[in-house]
Formats: sequence, structure tokens, C-alpha cells
Amino acid sequence: MTQTIAEIKNPALSIRDLSIAYDKNYAVKNVTVDIKKNTVTAIMGPSGCGKSTLLRALNRMHELYENITTEGKVLLHEENIYDMSTIKLRRQMGMVFQRPNPFPTMSIFDNVIAGYKLNGNSLKKKEKDEIVERSLRDVALWDEVKDSLHKKGTFLSGGQQQRLCIARALAFGPEIILMDEPTSALDPIATSKVEDLLVKLKEHYTIILVTHNMSQAARISDYSLFMYLGELVEYGKTKNMFTNPKDPRTEQYLTGKFG
Amino acid sequence: MNALQATTYQDKSSGRIWKDKFIQGLVIFLSVVTISPIALIIYKLFVEGYKQISLGFIIENTPDTFAAMTAVANDERIPGGIANGLVGTLLMIVLASAIAIPVGVLTGIYLYENQGKMMANLIRNISDILQGVPSIVLGLISYLWIVKHVTMGFSALAGSVSLAIMMLPMIVRSTEETLKMIPITLKEAALALGAPYYKVILKVLIPTGYSGLLTGILLGISRILGETAPLMLTALGSSTINLDVTKPTSAVPLLIWEFYNDPNMIGLIWSSSLLLMAFVLTLNIVSKQFAAKRR
Repeated sequence: MTQTIAEIKNPALSIRDLSIAYDKNYAVKNVTVDIKKNTVTAIMGPSGCGKSTLLRALNRMHELYENITTEGKVLLHEENIYDMSTIKLRRQMGMVFQRPNPFPTMSIFDNVIAGYKLNGNSLKKKEKDEIVERSLRDVALWDEVKDSLHKKGTFLSGGQQQRLCIARALAFGPEIILMDEPTSALDPIATSKVEDLLVKLKEHYTIILVTHNMSQAARISDYSLFMYLGELVEYGKTKNMFTNPKDPRTEQYLTGKFG
Repeated sequence: MNALQATTYQDKSSGRIWKDKFIQGLVIFLSVVTISPIALIIYKLFVEGYKQISLGFIIENTPDTFAAMTAVANDERIPGGIANGLVGTLLMIVLASAIAIPVGVLTGIYLYENQGKMMANLIRNISDILQGVPSIVLGLISYLWIVKHVTMGFSALAGSVSLAIMMLPMIVRSTEETLKMIPITLKEAALALGAPYYKVILKVLIPTGYSGLLTGILLGISRILGETAPLMLTALGSSTINLDVTKPTSAVPLLIWEFYNDPNMIGLIWSSSLLLMAFVLTLNIVSKQFAAKRR
């Protein structure tokens, strides 16, 4: 039951027979799926099901670990990301992590344009100002920080820091934003702000979100992937999956029998 | 029965109280024993040395024996100072740092990036062994390498090389330990922005661990500041200010040794030592401040 893809026309990303193993233990097995443009796609599943590994494989961050083997393809604009340079790939795929991680030595302003700085792209002051303002407005942080742009990003609250990290990922103008449980370290109010933001952001970006929180997936995602023991068990519209899961394992997970 | 138990209990407890007091007293006594040498050293240096300290002591070269002898005979302040030693020490520390910091920091980064690998473990162990090599042996090595083959004579460069080797293990260790304390998520964040590896190190890891690196470097400098043995075999000494790295150069600890061997200049030992001690203490305190700031 791994072939649960609906072939989507003009997908944002096509994952084909992707398998990833650490030391020959498969964490992701033969996943094939198309991700639709301008949607929020949630990857769900119990701990250790390979959802984070799958997400990290999409911008090749999983290669930071040792002894990893990757089989299969991930196509972005019909180009296999494993043949691209990671620098080019990661410019098109922003990533937001579990815990807010602004660079502690940089100001809010510099954090937003960190992507340009770290890649050695020199910008004119006007361009920088524009990018910073646009990105911070996109994450609804501009009004809160516009008077303290040159203070350190680490002085912000956790929720603000996480939105700053999203702004940092947006500044480059990526097509896809990968999020690894972006609200798991935040309080409920900050979480709802980030969730509202994700729903707004999908107008311009495709969002792939790993989440532990089923109600979060139900609230904000359009499509859901359910993974179990490295396999893709079910993929479909979130509404359909939550009301009428096709696979018994999905049903058991959603009703809280395991996970 | 109960009464008996109670008395035995009381007896034990009075024994414990006595033991407790004894241990407490012992701990305080031993603490005083530990810090008293440093207090006595500073006291002695200050009492004996402060008479000589003046502007002249810092900006003038060492006097010759005759001038010193005359001054001692007339019960005057010994003329001259240790400017040649101060300049030489500074020159060699700058040169040693210029050699040891890049090599040490890069090695530290290598060890951090290759945790658990055989090559990294080997380098870490060798670096630890290097820390235990007697400084006179490093002086001999530098004598063989630099004095005999590069500068063809005693030189500041040879002194700097032996000091750089002494600093190296401290910088390697502190770099690795500092980097280990930086959350991995920061490195991931930078890599996820598509930053090339060297930029991640230069623009994220090193700035974030800056104060830790600086602490290691300052402690390294304060360690080599007072080194005498390797300099005897390499820099030799000089009675004038020398800025040529291929020529023999003086250093404060070398001067102290020379003063000790010259009965007329023995009065200068204390003031030179006081100055050296002041530098080392200042560096130690400054580096402790940096370390505290990091937490």
C-alpha cells in the first residue's frame, strides 16, 4: 500500500522511489509522492517513522549525518536535486527548524539577510532595506521590531524568534519552505500566530510541514502524508484523510490507538 | 532499652559533630595553605620591586654592569630599565600568535568536525602529548630547525617558533571545546541557507564562539609570557631593542635570568618579576572575564 500518489500536474516537487538508510537501516522506504504547489502539506506519523528524515532529504540536510545512503530521485522542475549543487538547491528550499535558531551574533536586520551575507552576495543598502522589510512584513513581525532592527535577534521572544527564522528563510525568495515541527517549542499563542502565518504564506510558497500534532495538521494543512516505519502509508487531502482514512493504520493513528 | 539506644545515639552524634568540625577546619586550613604562596609571592615582589618601577624602567634599556655597580655602591636607584625585554617579549608573542592561532584554530575545527574518527583522535592525543613536552625540549627543537638552518644564528623567529609550539595545544583544545558548545542547530541553519562550508565556519561558528576562542588564546599567551628555558636556546638575549626577527632578541624572563647572574643588577630582578607577574595576572583575569561572559 505504498503507491498512494495521485499524480498531480505541474507539481512543486516530485519524490520518486526515495529510500534513505542510516548504516543500512532504512528510515525512509520507497516513498513516491507529488507535492502540489501553493499548499500546506503535512507529514505525520509516530516518532521514528522517518518523517524528519524525509523532510531533511528534500534539501539534502540529511547528508550531514554519517554513513547515509540515498536511493531514488526528488525532482524539482524536472531536475534531480541529488545532481544539483546544495547551494543552488537550498536557495530554492527554505528551512525552518524545531527550535528558533537566529544567529546570536547578528542583529535582527542581519539575520533576515543572512542568506545573502553567507553566500557572499553583496546588496545595495536600498535592496537590503527592501528585502528586510518585505520579509518581516510577510511574517507579521515588521511592526513589532521595526524600531529595533539593529538589536540582537536573540532578545526577541521565542515566537518572535521563530517568525524571524521564517523571515530569514523567505528572504531568499524560495519556492518551497520545509518546516520541521516549527511550533513544538512555542506556547499556544505563538503557535497560533505561526499557524495563521503559514496559511497566509501558501499564496506565494509551497509549504511542507512535519508535525507531531494531529490537530495542527487538521487545522492548517491541505494535504497530508501519513508515514509509518519509513513507509508512506497514505497520502491525500487532509479533510478526506481525517474523516475517512483508507488504511487501517492511518485510522488507528488518527484515533490515538498508537503514536 | 529505649534509653540505652538514645545514649548510644547521642554518643555517636557528638563524635560526628567533632569529626565534622575537624574536617571543616582542615578544609579551611588547606585552602589557606593553597593560596598563601601566591599571596606571599605578590607581597614579596611588590615590597622589593616597587622602588625600581618608574617610567624609566619601562622605556630604557638594561644598564651595563659598571653603571649598575656604581649605583649600588652609592646606594642609588639602579639606572636603566627593561625596554629591550618588553619589546622583545611583545615581538615574540605577536609572532608566536601569528603562527599558532591560525594553525591551532584550524586544527580545532578539524577535530570538531571529525568527532570519533581515528585521524582526529590521533591528532587530539598528539596535541595533548605536545602539551606535556618540556619547554626546554621545544627550545632544542627550534634551535635545530630555525637557529641552525633558517636564521643561521640565535633569533626572535626561533624563539617565536618554540613559543608557538607551546601555545598550539591550548588553542587546539579550546577551539574544539568552544565549538562543541555551540548548538548544532546554528550550523544547520547556516547550511540550510545554502552557505558554503567555509562561510559557515568564518561567519557563524567563529563569531559565535569568539569569546571562547579568545579565552584560549589569552591563556596560551599568558602561559608563554614567562617562558625562559626555550628562549635561552633560541632568542639568546640582547642588550638593546631589536625589531629584526632574524637577530638575537631579549625578553623579560631572559632579563630576569641575566640579572640573577649579575650581582650588581640583582636589585632589578624584583621589579622585572613584578611587571611580568602583573602582565600574566591581568591576562588571566581578562580571559576569565571573557569565559564568564560566555555563560
